[in-house]
Amino acid sequence: MTDSIHITRRGGQKSRLTLKAREMMEAWLFVSPTVIGFIIFFLGPLLAVAYYSLTEWNLLTQQATFVGLANFENALLENPDFWHVVRNSVIFALGLVPLNMALALTLALALSRPFRGVVFFRTVFFAPVVTSAIAWAIVWKFMLQGEGGFINQVLALVGISGPNWLREPNWAMAAVIITRVIKMVGLNMILYIAALQAIPRDYEEAARLEGASRRQIFSMITWPLLAPATLVIMVITTIGSFKVFDHIYQMTGGGPENGTLVLAFYIYQQGFKFFNVGYASTLAMIMFAIVMVLTLVQVALRRKGME
Amino acid sequence: MSLRQTRILYRACWTIALLIAAIPFIFPFIWMVSAGFKSVTEIFGAPSLIPRVWRWENFVEVFTYQPFARQYFNSLYIAILVTGLTLVISSLAGYALARMRFAGAALLMLFLISALMVPEEVTIIPNFFLMRWFGLVDTHWPLILLPTFGPQGVMATFLMRQYFLALPKELEEAGKMDGLTRFGVWWKIALPMSRPALAAVAIITFLHSWNLFLEPLIFVSSLEMFTLPLALSNFNDSYGLPLWNLQLAATSLAVVPILIVYLIAQRQIIESFALSGVKG
Repeated sequence: MTDSIHITRRGGQKSRLTLKAREMMEAWLFVSPTVIGFIIFFLGPLLAVAYYSLTEWNLLTQQATFVGLANFENALLENPDFWHVVRNSVIFALGLVPLNMALALTLALALSRPFRGVVFFRTVFFAPVVTSAIAWAIVWKFMLQGEGGFINQVLALVGISGPNWLREPNWAMAAVIITRVIKMVGLNMILYIAALQAIPRDYEEAARLEGASRRQIFSMITWPLLAPATLVIMVITTIGSFKVFDHIYQMTGGGPENGTLVLAFYIYQQGFKFFNVGYASTLAMIMFAIVMVLTLVQVALRRKGME
Repeated sequence: MSLRQTRILYRACWTIALLIAAIPFIFPFIWMVSAGFKSVTEIFGAPSLIPRVWRWENFVEVFTYQPFARQYFNSLYIAILVTGLTLVISSLAGYALARMRFAGAALLMLFLISALMVPEEVTIIPNFFLMRWFGLVDTHWPLILLPTFGPQGVMATFLMRQYFLALPKELEEAGKMDGLTRFGVWWKIALPMSRPALAAVAIITFLHSWNLFLEPLIFVSSLEMFTLPLALSNFNDSYGLPLWNLQLAATSLAVVPILIVYLIAQRQIIESFALSGVKG
């Protein structure tokens, strides 16, 4: 109170400036923990990893030498592992994203309106989301054991001799994708339910009065109105699929024969197993670039959608 | 068939389809608990949901194989600390970004938004050297500092900002008239009004910390310092093969309490995730 009186007494241009300056100082005080933490643990490291990516630095030799773009050349042009890893990451994303989104939308359509049991089903489909990925991977790895694993024992009942899921590269990739979809689909389901509930009911009722079938209502009303949500969910899910680490670490360890070695795991392996700091940083920069491109695509598409 | 009958049939078909679809979501949990009680010989024998011999010793051996109680406690206290810190820091910054005008605010927003999308894997290598330089490797500090100030903390900040923006300004202005400082307005008026947002941030932050894996894997090496996910992946014999019954018993101990809390507060928890996702 005394402050404000003081200022009104002084009056004029100058006091307004000091008031502004004071508010500004307060604001920076409020954001200072965030800003300081951001600089130390995010911005600084981001600049550092950009620099590391230009060095040849093996922790065992303890020497960093500036080599320019040699690591990028190595990754993109020489090292066959890199493209194998990119291929795996792309297969993982191409398998996971459509499967996840189709299932999420189907579940959301079934569960967006109240009926008896709707809460039960939502709770069930969302439960793996709150569970640790390590725990989820442990249990599925157990159930997917080649001999005596639960899945193969069930398959045996109907006369199918199941493969040794996690020991064959293609089956391992399929297993990782499917168990990841089951783990994460609940999140997208919830986002789709929120989007569906935001669509006014009148649209659908009007269409029904006009004699539109369920399929027509979906393809001509619901699906177009869901487009913004679909875009956001698609980008989030794709970025998430490039980040996946713990799930693969626990289920396959990148194997068999590097069949599930994806980008995030490759960075960990190069940096913290083989101590190739320079090369691992190059991989991190490539991952950063991929995520940035995906984000910009989302922003661009959103802007286009608004016009 | 009448219209009513077809509708009932339609509904029944959907319900049955949903029940079948629910199996891979529920069954792993049930099988996990069941296997946690079995012996090594029974675990890969003919499948049975109820163990033929209940081997309670598994749940004792979990604690003697490694300091599991200590590891459990580590996860708990780290998650609580991270949650508390995140609540304070994100609500302060979120409030300033929503309510106060200051030079650099737009730039700060831009920086924070870009941080939101960048995976931890990108900055983990320099962060490792940073922590080593601070002498914090094999302590819990990295597991507290990185999530609090990393993308997770930024996400919390945006969630808070979004909520503050939607609050009516009048009460806060009245508070200012009554002589409250900015800090007082934040603490006495804005925070109490934003309990739903604080709850959402708390839930998401706690679970994120509780399930964190990459950071513990990289920063922590001694068994007493392990957190739960790291401990779970460590139930292996000397050949590196999983000790399945112990591992599954331990996993049950780690997962079931979270599931119970989830079942009690499922509405609140699911809404929290919806809130954080919509923004992203």
